[in-house]
Amino acid sequence: MMVVTAFCLTFIVFFMTNLYPNLEKLAKSQGNFRMSDEAVASYLGDRGYLQPTPVKYAQWLGLMPGYVTVKEDGSKVGKCVRPGMTPDDVPAYCGILQGDWGFSTQAKEPVANVLGSRLVNTGRLMFWVMVVMVPSALIIGVLAGMREGSRTDRTLSTVSILSTATPEYVSGVIFIALLASTRYGLGPWLNEMGLIEGKALFKGTAKTAMDKATLENFTLPVLTVALYGMGYIARMTRASMAEVMTAQYIRTARLKGVSFRNIVVKHALRNALIAPFTVIMLQFPWLLNGVVIVEVMFSYNGFGWQLVNAAGNNDIEMLLAVSVVSVMVVLVTQLISDIGYVYLNPRIRIS
Amino acid sequence: MEKLTWTGSFGTYMDPIFVTVAYVFLALVAVQIVASFILAPVSDTIHKDGTITRDRGPNALIGMAVKYVLLALVALVAIYIVAGIVTPVETTGIIGAIAAQLSPVWLALIVTFLLSIVYKRRLGLYGKLFDSMIGMIGFGLVMFWVYTAIFAGLFDMIGTHDPLRQVSGMKNKIPGTPLSGAEEGDYLWYLLGGDNLARDVFSRMIAGSWIVMQIAPLATLFAFMVGITLGLPAGYYGGRLDTILSFLANLILAFPVILLFYLLVTPEIVETGIPNYMAMVLFIFPIIFLAVLLNSRFYTRPRLRTPLLTAVLVVAFWIYLSLISAKGSAIAVLPSYLDLFDIPGGILVVFVSVVFVNSPTVFRIVRGLAMDIKTRDYVAAAQTRGEGPWYIMLWEILPNARGPLIVDFCLRIGYTTILLGTLGFFGLGLPPESPDWGSTINDGRKLLSVYPHPALPPAFALLSLVLGLNLLADGLREESLRD
Repeated sequence: MMVVTAFCLTFIVFFMTNLYPNLEKLAKSQGNFRMSDEAVASYLGDRGYLQPTPVKYAQWLGLMPGYVTVKEDGSKVGKCVRPGMTPDDVPAYCGILQGDWGFSTQAKEPVANVLGSRLVNTGRLMFWVMVVMVPSALIIGVLAGMREGSRTDRTLSTVSILSTATPEYVSGVIFIALLASTRYGLGPWLNEMGLIEGKALFKGTAKTAMDKATLENFTLPVLTVALYGMGYIARMTRASMAEVMTAQYIRTARLKGVSFRNIVVKHALRNALIAPFTVIMLQFPWLLNGVVIVEVMFSYNGFGWQLVNAAGNNDIEMLLAVSVVSVMVVLVTQLISDIGYVYLNPRIRIS
Repeated sequence: MEKLTWTGSFGTYMDPIFVTVAYVFLALVAVQIVASFILAPVSDTIHKDGTITRDRGPNALIGMAVKYVLLALVALVAIYIVAGIVTPVETTGIIGAIAAQLSPVWLALIVTFLLSIVYKRRLGLYGKLFDSMIGMIGFGLVMFWVYTAIFAGLFDMIGTHDPLRQVSGMKNKIPGTPLSGAEEGDYLWYLLGGDNLARDVFSRMIAGSWIVMQIAPLATLFAFMVGITLGLPAGYYGGRLDTILSFLANLILAFPVILLFYLLVTPEIVETGIPNYMAMVLFIFPIIFLAVLLNSRFYTRPRLRTPLLTAVLVVAFWIYLSLISAKGSAIAVLPSYLDLFDIPGGILVVFVSVVFVNSPTVFRIVRGLAMDIKTRDYVAAAQTRGEGPWYIMLWEILPNARGPLIVDFCLRIGYTTILLGTLGFFGLGLPPESPDWGSTINDGRKLLSVYPHPALPPAFALLSLVLGLNLLADGLREESLRD
């Protein structure tokens, strides 16, 4: 099923990016913007872009030999041709099956090289997002859910609603204006009091974080992504905790005289964390969106930034690789959440 | 012309009071949270004869203090607003001027709340909303933006300037700057400053609300029609139909939303006419929904059904055709004298893609609900009665699933608003000078650390609308669970 989904998705992306207006845009951005229609057609025809879509898709997969045109002077152009290759070196097949992810027309580099470094960057961002988001969401959820309807519950629930209502581009803007501005917000104020050296508390861009992530340049992106996802997980945890707290075995424990703290920590917590686990896993694809926005906003060259860049320039093979990766993320997290659910929930394991 | 300050001369007396009360409130809330962990919880004892002894312990006292200080704070805000409406602009500053510009909205809100609270026992679920504080706050926020959008969009009232007009000398000016080269009849200030193209930030924010209000609720409604029309049979029949539809839904859901937008909402794709074809497919679902809804109910009374159905279908098809056919686009089936309205290509593609992204989720929810409800006794009773499957789906299952669906509808309008903002943020779909909130945030973020004022108002506007919708959904959920 996963494989079928992946094929369908990549084919849709392939189809959409190979529509003629998109190809025309590609040709003009690769050649020059004042190309005539005939020049565009010959550019595309030489490189095999004008074949039927299923044929091109098979070539991308590596099931069919890549398209090649031999020019008059003996040089070759086509799908498998890379800059710096002599005409004889050009392989017949160059597709996913051969381990070749294609050539990025935007970055002028093989897709695999570019995307690899981008994924490392995004992985680092996601790691810190998880480190910030999951514990704080679970703590908020458990505190709110252990005494349902109390003042703490109401306050924390409102906080989590507020955080789900703040999309990344809103919280990012507010954070930058408040914490990263040299003229407004907290930075100059703290500077006047002599607590920080620079004028701004944090940096409004994460460009330097790609080489060396510091508290100064990485806090805001991480915080921005974490905030939006946090509220949702917290609400799920709260609901699950509140449900567990009304269960029979909790009442029995209370009647036995177990202290409230012990009930929460020893009896309720484990059972309450089953449902949020699934939510956290399913949150990954969701976070991907946030990552795209945040990476664009803080100009952090990760996976999301690459997506926007590739889509904006109709960098077909890069876009396809990006969609394969994101589909894999979605499907793998679904799988993990199913397996993890069975593993964590003893009721399902036995039956 | 003097530059306006935030609260004007009025503020010299009022600001210190307001700040003090606000600090007291924050301190008390902090004390309250700490105290709720340390001190004994509030416990009112109920006696046998039905009387209650109020707890007078420390926690109860703190709670009462918080309540009164909050009331004082609200009263102070109200004073600012009223003062802004009744006094001239110079005395009450920017806040007062904005409050005065918004006065039709305040009036409409007060009338709505008064009427609803007076008649709340006769208004069903809507009336019950006014029993919960959270629901009321949410409803207030949502209605604030609804009224703002209506007054600004239909009556051209609230905004102070044309949202697209550029005035030389007003580039990046801070809030309260007087308009340079003002002519007769111009509003004399840029209340929230000018943006990087010297347009009025306040008017753009107000105009943006109309764009959101035009697209978000309608797109969500369409997504619900699509989701319901496909989700009910998938859940009710199950089997192969369910497998295929679920597979398609999961397929769309596996796309990252932004990739989908980038694939669908570019000028190149609009050129190919794909959005128009998608509109053709997606917009037919509401017609199917209506037709099946009416037919399944009235098919036993052909004399009523046939004219009713014909009339509804003719009108629906006319609207449908004028919706999808536009001059110069890929589909132009209607001659222009029959075409009721033309939707600009940009708006149509945004609308279609938002419906497209939302409907699989609605489908999954409806399918789940239908699978749950079809096992109930009243469905079995209807089946024994010999009702047709569509009657059971639309008139037995759907009404009983309305609670969760209404709640999700509110949440989903909020999500659609966020999606619209995302589209604007990436500069997709709507024209670049459009005053919608996403585009304005995108424009403003480039100079954010130097001039934060163009980006912050639309950001807070979007935040408050989505927050209002979420609170409203929360209130509705709470009240509908109480039955």
